[in-house]
Amino acid sequence: MAGKEKKSRTPVFHIVKRDPMSWYAALGVRIAAVVAALLLSAVVITLLTKKNPLEVYSSMFEGAFGSSGRIWDLAQNIAILLAVSLAVTPAFKMKFWNIGAEGQVLISGLATVCVMFFLGDKMPADGKLPQWVLVLLMIGASIIAGIIWAVIPALAKAYWNTNETLFTLMMNYVAIQLVAYFLKKNVKSGSGKLAILEEYGIPVLNNNPYLLSIIIVALLTVAVYVYLKYSKHGYEIAVVGESVNTAKYVGINVKKVVIRTLIVSGALCGVAGLLLVGGIHHTIDTNTVGGRGFTAIMVSWLAKFNPFVMVVTSFLIVFLQKGAGEISSDFGIPAAISDIITGIILFFIIGCEFFLQYKIAITKHRKENK
Amino acid sequence: MLAFLVSTIRLGMTFLLGSTGETITEKSGHLNLGTPGVMCVGASCGCFVEYLYFTAVGIPNINPVLAVIFPMLASFFGAALMGAIFSFLTVTLRVNQNVTGLALTTFGVGISDYMIAQTGIIYTRGTKYFTAHLPVADDLGWFGEIFLSHGILIYLAIVIALITTFVFNRTRVGLHLRAVGENPATADAAGINVSAYRYAATCIGCGISGLGGLSFIMDYLYGNWEYCVDDIGWLVVALVIFTVWKPNLGIIGSLVFGALYVASSYITGVSLEDKEIFKMLPYVVTILVLVVTSIRSSKKNQPPASLGLNYFREER
Repeated sequence: MAGKEKKSRTPVFHIVKRDPMSWYAALGVRIAAVVAALLLSAVVITLLTKKNPLEVYSSMFEGAFGSSGRIWDLAQNIAILLAVSLAVTPAFKMKFWNIGAEGQVLISGLATVCVMFFLGDKMPADGKLPQWVLVLLMIGASIIAGIIWAVIPALAKAYWNTNETLFTLMMNYVAIQLVAYFLKKNVKSGSGKLAILEEYGIPVLNNNPYLLSIIIVALLTVAVYVYLKYSKHGYEIAVVGESVNTAKYVGINVKKVVIRTLIVSGALCGVAGLLLVGGIHHTIDTNTVGGRGFTAIMVSWLAKFNPFVMVVTSFLIVFLQKGAGEISSDFGIPAAISDIITGIILFFIIGCEFFLQYKIAITKHRKENK
Repeated sequence: MLAFLVSTIRLGMTFLLGSTGETITEKSGHLNLGTPGVMCVGASCGCFVEYLYFTAVGIPNINPVLAVIFPMLASFFGAALMGAIFSFLTVTLRVNQNVTGLALTTFGVGISDYMIAQTGIIYTRGTKYFTAHLPVADDLGWFGEIFLSHGILIYLAIVIALITTFVFNRTRVGLHLRAVGENPATADAAGINVSAYRYAATCIGCGISGLGGLSFIMDYLYGNWEYCVDDIGWLVVALVIFTVWKPNLGIIGSLVFGALYVASSYITGVSLEDKEIFKMLPYVVTILVLVVTSIRSSKKNQPPASLGLNYFREER
């Protein structure tokens, strides 16, 4: 990095922390970042595919909003991503880097599937054990599974200060292998795919399979907002996140807060897993969560841990994925273009945080720097 | 048994390249969760350049040395460029490393999938140049098979790991690098250019990890580059912990990981479902190492103290 070296030898400018921006200025910076990212993506698309980028973008809109089915699908995907993002948020606010949401959601999905698979046929709707018992069991199993998966790293963090980023990352793969084990054990057909257990699952409202999950996530969004902003727990989370020493000094039991917050996180992941498996897929494979656990981290962080802003950020990401899926089929471009565009846009939005927090000041007297 | 050892070594050295690179990066205080993406880019840049080279000169005119050197350079620099993106965002723009790393993974996997789809070739022909070995190996029976039958990247992996260990422990540059990763404020006060070290370590580290991706395709999969390397990338992140940030231990650690990973295919009498449990072992072992090192909290085996934290001089 030659330019970098040069800068440090003769610092023409330096970087200082700025006062918090007004919300509209901050919004402006973010919008500018998205626009810049779209421009760069347009250049990339044109270079790679020789297609008119405007056509490509309009095809993205078509893919996301083209029909009412697509809009419902979009909304449901936003809901699931939002649910996972809500789940990771309390932990992040505490600066507990839980990157294991992928595994926590997957393991709750596995618990849900286990209930459906092993107990489903034992409970005919007209028999002695009604359907609602099954649903309750699914809810219980998925939430408990999510909590277990989240609380193991939390215990290690609280008692031995184990690095939670790496621990939760590893837990993802343990969960994936458990799912693979379950599939190999119970699916004997050649495809290796678990048949869709359509008759079991969470109830369908109003004949619309998308509706219930959307409503649940909407309620959760409000609940998490209130929990973080107005409850004593939320306050303790914020204090621990700002400074563990301060928290200890004012008498907050940090271990308890860490463990309790991860129980909340895990339970929310459990809900996400339940909705995903019990409400949408009715089956499971190792890719059911499909990277949402990781995407959720970006969603939550970009929204500065505000649940309502997360609605916007998860919309943005789901829109990009759906839209890019459409352009790949419309123009015969490899589907991977969606990941490239998503990546570019993420870089820009992540990068623009810099301009919200710092400003570049011209150094007036160069000598005083050294 | 012989086949098992050979494929353990080949996969193990892939892990070793990846983890040596990631160790260099982490020693500077950067937790780069973009490693899967970086390795994907390394693998696909290498294969892509190989493809370009072959189509440019035509199959009969291939120079076997260039057929190895071009992909390696492409792989290294492609991956290093990813490291540069990461460093630009985290060092210059000071944004969160975890988020940047995950975005980098998305981006890298996308790029490599795109390149693969673009060429429409599943197998790269280059693999025979990469797995070329000394002719003596064939005459030495099991000894030759285990120690001498591998391609250049396998030996390069060991050499790089040993050099890295030497640089970490015996040179001034290594000392500075460790200082930057442990306590950047102190390093800065001592006149070390924290940003430059972080940039350089991340770019070089990513480049080496990228070679690991190339080695996975060339040496382990025999040129089938349709495969995504990203699962391997996460194992590499695990391996760095498993080897407690020491590339020389990495040589043994990577063999252990390689063995655990391929064991299920070579052990007879294991049912299909138990194989999945086998594949879980590297992760479980890593978790155990992580927990045990944190319980013992001996100073020697800890992660770099400022791992994952950005440094801003005015924030002290």
